[in-house]
Amino acid sequence: MNTPKERIGVYICHCGTNISAVVDVEDVAQWAANKLEHKGVVIARDHKFMCSSLGQELVENDIKELGLTRVVVAACSPHLHEKTFRTACERAGLNPYLCELVSIREQVSWVHSDKVVATQKSKAIVSSGVERLIYHEALEQLSVPINPATLVVGGGIAGIQATLELADAGSPVYLVEREPSIGGHMAQFDKTFPTLDCSACILTPKMVDVGIHPNITLLTWAEVEQVNGYVGNFDVTVRQKARKVITDLCTGCGICIEKCPKNVLDDIYEVGMNYRKAVYTPFPQAVPNYPVMDLDNCIYFDTGKCKACEKFCPTNAIDFEQEDEMLKFQVGNIILATGFDLFDARKMSNYGYGRLENVFNSLEFERMCNASGPTEGEIVLRDGVTTPKAVGIIHCVGSRDKSHNAYCSSICCMQSLKFAHLVEERTGAHVYNFYIDIRTPGKGYDEFYNRIVEEGTHFVRGKVAEVTNAARQPDEKKKLIIQVEDTLIGKQRRIPVDMVILSAGLEPRHDAKEVAKLFGISCSADGWYIEKHPKLDPVATMTDGVYIAGCVQGPKDIPASIAQGAAAAARVQGKIQQGEMLMEPIRASIIEEQCSGCRICNDLCPYNAILYHDATMTSEINAALCQGCGTCIAACPAGAVIGTSYSNEQVLAQIEGLLMDVSV
Amino acid sequence: MTEKSNFEPTIIGFTCNWCSYRAADLAGIARIQYPANIRLVRLMCSGRLDPTFVLKAFAEGADGVMITGCHPGECHYLEQNYKALRRYLLLRRTLVAMGIEAERLHLAWASAAEGIQLAREITEMVERVRVLGPLNWHLNGDQVQITHDATAELEVVA
Repeated sequence: MNTPKERIGVYICHCGTNISAVVDVEDVAQWAANKLEHKGVVIARDHKFMCSSLGQELVENDIKELGLTRVVVAACSPHLHEKTFRTACERAGLNPYLCELVSIREQVSWVHSDKVVATQKSKAIVSSGVERLIYHEALEQLSVPINPATLVVGGGIAGIQATLELADAGSPVYLVEREPSIGGHMAQFDKTFPTLDCSACILTPKMVDVGIHPNITLLTWAEVEQVNGYVGNFDVTVRQKARKVITDLCTGCGICIEKCPKNVLDDIYEVGMNYRKAVYTPFPQAVPNYPVMDLDNCIYFDTGKCKACEKFCPTNAIDFEQEDEMLKFQVGNIILATGFDLFDARKMSNYGYGRLENVFNSLEFERMCNASGPTEGEIVLRDGVTTPKAVGIIHCVGSRDKSHNAYCSSICCMQSLKFAHLVEERTGAHVYNFYIDIRTPGKGYDEFYNRIVEEGTHFVRGKVAEVTNAARQPDEKKKLIIQVEDTLIGKQRRIPVDMVILSAGLEPRHDAKEVAKLFGISCSADGWYIEKHPKLDPVATMTDGVYIAGCVQGPKDIPASIAQGAAAAARVQGKIQQGEMLMEPIRASIIEEQCSGCRICNDLCPYNAILYHDATMTSEINAALCQGCGTCIAACPAGAVIGTSYSNEQVLAQIEGLLMDVSV
Repeated sequence: MTEKSNFEPTIIGFTCNWCSYRAADLAGIARIQYPANIRLVRLMCSGRLDPTFVLKAFAEGADGVMITGCHPGECHYLEQNYKALRRYLLLRRTLVAMGIEAERLHLAWASAAEGIQLAREITEMVERVRVLGPLNWHLNGDQVQITHDATAELEVVA
């Protein structure tokens, strides 16, 4: 028999009695010393608490005195104490990656009760650790420098907050927004619950700050096209859509908008309730205040004639020849704050939205209440003049409904209560709220609910069956009738109203999946982006360097969106301050001589870490992009892809160890 | 041949670092009992599972092999568990061609929160293999004097 080339120490932990009550740890240690001697085990010990400083010193002393070259600790899960023992080895001058922690607590003593069987299984596990460890290599952690710039995608309130926090901390930020102006959904609202302060009054100062901040590069009317790279060093390509307006010359005077002869229905900012021009800013407080040209509707691009805007522009800022521009820059971290879409209430045809003209969705009603909106804040029917005498507000439209979205959209109860107050205050109409449950768990929210109850709003508990204009009684003529089972009195009711507001739920953006793929993160079954940990890490994602904030992670109100925006910024700023990041050295690489250039591995990598070189006809792995999943190693028919920590030799040896006959 | 009634199968279970290994940890923390017949191997991802590993386990004396990973759509590496699924489906056909019952190889998804589910899957797997009886593939192999270079066998099949 060959002399083993390694000198291995084996340490079995009692974990108090957590392990030793079921596993005969002394027997396991003795067995390892005898039966694994030919594998290189020179010492096997057991200790009451291996993770204690005494236990760690035991390992350190043995490394120094017995010249150990490898260490196996059989104790708890590596997810708990792997680092502890690696650090102990490092202190004694041994490369930390030459230490292996195998679990005989979570995998043996806590889940089995038969002592004989448990002891045997522990021996098998120790043997697998020793077998595997022989093939370990001394590894160094990879250090990655962190680029101090950050990309924030989405200029709603969450993205604005994240951008400002980072910029105020002195870090450069690129804020990319798809629409012509930042502001997001919050810019469409009139009042915010529960304080009823004016949405624009609290939002626009922040928007202005973003616009003038020296650390912020604001890219509106722009979309992220491509993201390559990894934490600390992302290469970003952004398409700056042609505004057809030279921003350096434009003063934002608005004369072009005034002179543009073409009216276009604004289905984004005004949700189809009002018109804008073909050259426009979405709203008066827009940041930046440069207009954009809507090429699909511009008369000049349609017929080749007009150019009214160009003629009247006092600074010659209109440029019909302007093309889309591709901007490339590097960032260290990315925050996604791309927000939500409103549930399309037409999917619930029984509520008549899109068919019965006086059924409104929540965003339409927000615009109607807004003083700069289509009715200048007057609450009127679709005809634009008639004030409603009775209004029904239906909660949970598209939410808490297995046919649509099973989740609660979280903001609709408070939003509906706000609507009830605004209707009552501005029209004096009777207001009916149709709810399943009232959910008002925020600060000051339940007080607001009580206030609305006291104001005289009617609350009907029941899921509305139908909104119809088919009158059965004389008093139902020319009304919308809400058919509902009032579950508190146990009766069917028909309530005639003039206007119905559907409190539609929040949904992930229609393109959330594609955007997730672009940034290499994952969506839940509902389509919201998945956080790293639902409780302990709500703004990080499983992809290092990509963070999420606001409704992109799930429905939430303005305070929660702002808190998340700030939290994501704090996480990023922490990384920036460290300057560099250490990463686990679990990586794959390709032995060039063995690579046949078949390219099977190329398409298997979800991180595009494998590059194919035409010149050498071989593939190569970018170690910094590789996340260490090992799929390419398993796929390579030539065995040319090798990996650290989980090499074929290590896993095959581990399997041999696990299946070793431990009964003798 | 071991008598079936006394037969204790040995199962090798492959887990991924992010979901199913953590599920096994959770089963431990919650003290959920399951048969000791299973012995786990941790990989970074179910996508790392080289079919050779499964054949190696059978060749070394395992009676059954379990592959576990994150649920579809929840892979830490985005979509690598789908690749494990593809390999699993092909591998089952290969095993049948080699004279091994397809039931000896089982794929189960378990999230990091599913300790109970993983323990149940393990228990069911052990019982399934107990019913099948010992594989003794390594003995058969010795008798017919074939090499245990599983990679070579796989390439022939492919």
